[in-house]
Amino acid sequence: MLDDKDRIFTNLYGWESFSLKSAQKRGDWDNTKAILKNGREWIIQEMKSSGLRGRGGAGFPTGLKWSFMPKKGDGRPHYLVINADESEPGTCKDRDILRNDPHKLIEGALIAGFAMGANAAYIYVRGEFYNESSNLWKAIHEAYDAGLLGKNAAGSGWDFDIIVHRGGGAYICGEETALIESIEGKKGQPRNKPPFPAMAGLYSCPTTVNNVETIAVVPTIMRRGGAWFAGLGSDDKNTGTKLFCISGHVENPCNVEEEMGIPLKELIEKHCGGVRGGWNNLLAIIPGGSSTPMLPKDICNTIRMDFDSLREVGTGLGTAGIIVMDKSTDIVQAICNLSHFYMHESCGQCTPCREGTGWVWRMMKRMVQGNATVEEIDQLFEVTKEIEGHTICALGDAAAWPVQGLIKHFRPEMERRIMEYRKMAA
Amino acid sequence: MKKVFDLDADYQPEIFEFNDKFKTSVKEIIARYPEGKQQSAVMPLLDLVQRQVAEEGAKSTPVYGGWVSRAAMDHVAKVLDMHKVKVYEVASFYSMYNTAPVGKYLVQFCSTTPCWLRGSEGIIKATTEHLGIGVGETTVDGKFSLMEVECLGACVNAPMVQINDDYYEDLTADSMTQILDRLSEDLKPTIGSQTGRKASMPCSGTTCLKEQAKKAGVA
Ligand SMILES: Cc1cc2nc3c(=O)[nH]c(=O)nc-3n(C[C@H](O)[C@H](O)[C@H](O)COP(=O)(O)O)c2cc1C
Ligand code: SF4
Ligand code: FES
Repeated sequence: MLDDKDRIFTNLYGWESFSLKSAQKRGDWDNTKAILKNGREWIIQEMKSSGLRGRGGAGFPTGLKWSFMPKKGDGRPHYLVINADESEPGTCKDRDILRNDPHKLIEGALIAGFAMGANAAYIYVRGEFYNESSNLWKAIHEAYDAGLLGKNAAGSGWDFDIIVHRGGGAYICGEETALIESIEGKKGQPRNKPPFPAMAGLYSCPTTVNNVETIAVVPTIMRRGGAWFAGLGSDDKNTGTKLFCISGHVENPCNVEEEMGIPLKELIEKHCGGVRGGWNNLLAIIPGGSSTPMLPKDICNTIRMDFDSLREVGTGLGTAGIIVMDKSTDIVQAICNLSHFYMHESCGQCTPCREGTGWVWRMMKRMVQGNATVEEIDQLFEVTKEIEGHTICALGDAAAWPVQGLIKHFRPEMERRIMEYRKMAA
Repeated sequence: MKKVFDLDADYQPEIFEFNDKFKTSVKEIIARYPEGKQQSAVMPLLDLVQRQVAEEGAKSTPVYGGWVSRAAMDHVAKVLDMHKVKVYEVASFYSMYNTAPVGKYLVQFCSTTPCWLRGSEGIIKATTEHLGIGVGETTVDGKFSLMEVECLGACVNAPMVQINDDYYEDLTADSMTQILDRLSEDLKPTIGSQTGRKASMPCSGTTCLKEQAKKAGVA
């Protein structure tokens, strides 16, 4: 289990105030100026050696991403955009940072912004997080009043502003280019890439989009060194600490910071009081938010929670939102429910996604009842393959994968329902 | 769920304008964005519209909640120098802008898988039975509207609902009806977890940072 001395988010549960004064007692904003004095290259190098991979779902190396921002200015401003849209079912970690530890995010924004030559950051918070946005605004105002933001932020000589932009309730705005469109005051529909945001993002200026957790761990990495962060985790590609959200059929659902690569079973038994009814009552889990394919119990017995271990078994760490399902679960309904989600959240731009997600949901509804033929299971799989990889953004893939995971691991259950329905009908 | 978007409906008021209090916020918001990029303010302004309308609605009989009328969208278009259609597009794209009248308390049930696994259906049932209306309907006194939504990002505190700006978490049928009873008397229920746990920590007590917990008087 992760040592308390290696925990970054010591106020995750809001035991103490989120105020600047409390945050400073916890070590935030301690001589930030000295960190920035080391210069852009040093910061990016330290990020690279930390091995940090983006916490927003795709797991792209953060230091590398920052290095894509143009070095020499061409007169256009650079922007840092922080993704606090947090709408992937199963995921609720960024919320805790926003409401209970916002100064980590604000200080991280200054350091990250400085490292990519940005004088402003926009934090895009999902609209429903009204109270969380209010805490964040309060913390930002405190930072301005203390000279930590604004002109000559923290005495560094760098000017830096932060603006909070609230969303309007659309999952798709978590996709980075849809998010940018949304800040520009438009419908949140993803853009075709290229150009990538580092070349032409917000207001057609060089932009980097990072997740809340990604940015909030930056100050601690700077203070304790990239090597410290890299020393935690499974290997040099799966490093550091990670916030896990464990929901569903465990005794005590919770968010907790743990070491990257912690075995799933240990995570659930140490922090969540175990699976409801005991480990043997486990049916399956969804490891990284609703978009990641599920894993049946036999894989859960030994799986480690990191990017590459999960990829090896055909799924992913995603946002580390773990959804636990015990044997009482109607597993087909659980996935059907997610198919409804993706249909509802499709922005409608690409035909395979707009039409396909509706198809998938309608077929899944029949699969729940068993009102289908065995061949239709293959058809359903085919439809998901028609969507996957044929769309502008990854929402299409995200809609396809959970259903593919169901078919891969629970096909016999789907067939059983079809047989049963036939028997009843006969 | 397609949202109602009827610009010629009878309920559409003739005019909308920001009042003095909200005008100050409008200025502040526009100033957040670079010059010439005032269109970025469209979402925050639509949100302000709903807040002003909700304040008016709280004083009317029957009461009503915040929503965005055609007149309000046209006003926002004028303030931001945008085409009206662009504002309509934004208002209809995002689920949080109510484009038709709603009750004073908009109850939004999360029923996505993590909440469903922990009994969101029971919460919906308890509410509809208690209020005598279905999802998608509003009580005759204008107090409550019910709506089903997708994951609200509080899954480890499932099942949960959002009512106006606040989350109510770790619900049971009983705690849900108690919340409704308080709101129907315009009293403020406790927001957040209904079992008294702190944020997202395990309900049986923390499994880490025990020293800090003791210092903070939690454990
Ligand atoms: C449909 C969709 C929804 C997404 N939602 C989120 C989200 O809510 N939060 C987030 O940080 N990233 C989300 N992402 C990923 C972002 O596009 C982007 O990769 C991420 O914010 C980059 O940050 P990182 O490098 O720090 O991980 C989403 C992606 C897709 C395709
Ligand atoms: S894949 Fe779906 S959500 Fe993404 S751009 Fe296409 S239609 Fe929109
Ligand atoms: S599923 Fe209900 S809050 Fe996430």
